[in-house]
Amino acid sequence: MGYILSPEAADRLIASLADDCLVFAPKRFVGGAVFSDLDCIRYGEVKTAGEIVFDQKSDYSFKEILTPVCQALFYFTEDQIKEADAPEKGAVVFLRSCDLHAVKRLDDIYLNNGEEDYYYRRLRDRVKFVVMGCSEAFDSCFCVDMGTNVPEGYNMSMEPAEGGFAIDCRDAELDELLGSLADRECDVEPSHVEETKTRVKIPEGLTQDVMRSKIWDEYDGRCIACGRCNFVCPTCTCYTMQDLFYTENGRVGERRRVQASCMVDGFTDVAGGGSYRKKNGERMRFKTLHKALDYKQRFGYQMCVGCGRCDDVCPEYISFSRILNRLGDMMEEVNTDAE
Amino acid sequence: MLNNEYVPFLSEIKEVIKHTAMEYTFRMAYEGDIRPGQFFEVSIPKYGEAPISVSGIGEGTVDLTIRKVGAVTNEVFEKYAGDKLFMRGPYGNGFDYDDYRGKELVVVAGGTGVSPVRGVVDHFASCPDETQGLTLIAGFKSPHDMLFRDDFPRWEKTSNIILTVDADDENTGMKVGLVTEYIPGLELDAVEDAAAIVVGPPVMMRFAVKALLDRGFREENIWVSQERKMCCGLGKCGHCKVGDTYICLDGPVFNYTKGKFLID
Ligand SMILES: Cc1cc2nc3c(=O)[nH]c(=O)nc-3n(C[C@H](O)[C@H](O)[C@H](O)COP(=O)(O)OP(=O)(O)OC[C@H]3O[C@@H](n4cnc5c(N)ncnc54)[C@H](O)[C@@H]3O)c2cc1C
Ligand code: SF4
Ligand code: SF4
Ligand code: FES
Repeated sequence: MGYILSPEAADRLIASLADDCLVFAPKRFVGGAVFSDLDCIRYGEVKTAGEIVFDQKSDYSFKEILTPVCQALFYFTEDQIKEADAPEKGAVVFLRSCDLHAVKRLDDIYLNNGEEDYYYRRLRDRVKFVVMGCSEAFDSCFCVDMGTNVPEGYNMSMEPAEGGFAIDCRDAELDELLGSLADRECDVEPSHVEETKTRVKIPEGLTQDVMRSKIWDEYDGRCIACGRCNFVCPTCTCYTMQDLFYTENGRVGERRRVQASCMVDGFTDVAGGGSYRKKNGERMRFKTLHKALDYKQRFGYQMCVGCGRCDDVCPEYISFSRILNRLGDMMEEVNTDAE
Repeated sequence: MLNNEYVPFLSEIKEVIKHTAMEYTFRMAYEGDIRPGQFFEVSIPKYGEAPISVSGIGEGTVDLTIRKVGAVTNEVFEKYAGDKLFMRGPYGNGFDYDDYRGKELVVVAGGTGVSPVRGVVDHFASCPDETQGLTLIAGFKSPHDMLFRDDFPRWEKTSNIILTVDADDENTGMKVGLVTEYIPGLELDAVEDAAAIVVGPPVMMRFAVKALLDRGFREENIWVSQERKMCCGLGKCGHCKVGDTYICLDGPVFNYTKGKFLID
């Protein structure tokens, strides 16, 4: 069902959603940017529609709601374990089409790669998604080329229109609420873009042979292995286990998992000083092929959703979309060498 | 109710068998199906978790042979029979006896690499009718680095056991040399049908596989076991991923036709 809401009605909508669940949306954090005193747009809890930033891309994705940066798994004493409580409330998450497609990637890793992840499942079951329509692509977006520009499987859509908000609702519970708040009903379809400034073409015949390209070596010097590209990526899922203790004698503590990055030192370290992919270029190769080849071989579709956040965040101005576009040249290089 | 794989269970240490100053086998209480080559995540709260291979399977017990190398393993070495350890698992595919039944089988293992194949060797050494002959080539750094020394005499009764050390610094008269040196001279009835298992440090595995191929083994008859950093054992944390493969889920045991594509 489609609706038009006045700004006041939209505020009431968010307020009543916030009554029994947490509402997460991109918000402005003044002076919160990493490198400067610019504002940072990232996810936070909102209580009114006015707080939601619709006209800028969020620097970080929604993923922290489903895969927290740091998540307690259980608490322990020397011989007893108590599972961390599930969050008391469910959540409503505002996100764009690319990010909504990223949810499918998170689901496939956490629910379909081996057994279901207990902690992910219990959060995931209680989340509803509100897609924010995109009337125009941002400079670094390449969702169309990654096939993620059209939103699918949302509970509700919401975007600024006619001085208020246009909403498409696909959820019975939300429909009830909206019926009483809306100015009027009408047909609404969330906006989506059909073209982007940044274009990406991943070659059809991409194979593991591309590992041998010399081009990866360029990134040995350029990339500083800071891992920011992983942390902003809505499809990166890796984590590391950590034990933490609270008391001096170490008898009480918690085991938790924290987001990890395959670009950062230590990701593959094993006891005795062994480690794989020591060079930053090798890590770049690993990340790129994970996004553009390995994941597809395993799950049947591309992992990268083309949100462009990794391009936006890199302090060395390394463009991931450009790397993807170089894969064709790299394949040619290794094929020629092989002849 | 959903199963929470992350929460470990407590298991009692039934026995501690000391091989060297750095390597002990902890015989843990465990009921359930296990295959050699699978692994458990062993943990001690506050110190963390470590993936450890199954090195033996008994009635109500599982053996874990642990090398003392860091935070968790140091702490495990502070424990005695009667104490308890947290564990979760078993994880991974492990070795499938059916892959080797009815064939001539050659197992090449180096150092702690003997742990994951010990169950396989033990099984086929005690059931010699199941294969067309078992050869184990096991290599250690020196005589005092030897693991499972009590097993070798027993295995020797039914199987061809070649035990070698890199350096015989104690003049024990043991064979000296790398495991690969014994591969060209292997006596086999039909090498094209013979099966081989290779486990050990990466460099040793590379050269051992090469020597087996040179000796006439077919790629599809060679199996290897891989080690990588692992945090979850469940296909989630990403640390063990190589190409499109998750070592913890799809491995750690791979047929060489697949294993040869595992390039970091
Ligand atoms: C499938 C598999 C089977 C293994 N089987 C055995 C075995 O039978 N016996 C044995 O002694 N060792 C085995 N290892 C290696 C063993 O896991 C490491 O030696 C152990 O994790 C070291 O932990 P630590 O905390 O004592 O050392 P630290 O160096 O302090 O370890 C810190 C962290 O690094 C990680 N880590 C370090 N080394 C490794 C490694 N080699 N592999 C994976 N993660 C590592 C662990 O997550 C650990 O929490 C196996 C590893 C794998 C992947
Ligand atoms: S590509 Fe850029 S953001 Fe990513 S690790 Fe390298 S320097 Fe950091
Ligand atoms: S790799 Fe970059 S563009 Fe692709 S989904 Fe991740 S952050 Fe977005
Ligand atoms: S150990 Fe975590 S994915 Fe394999």
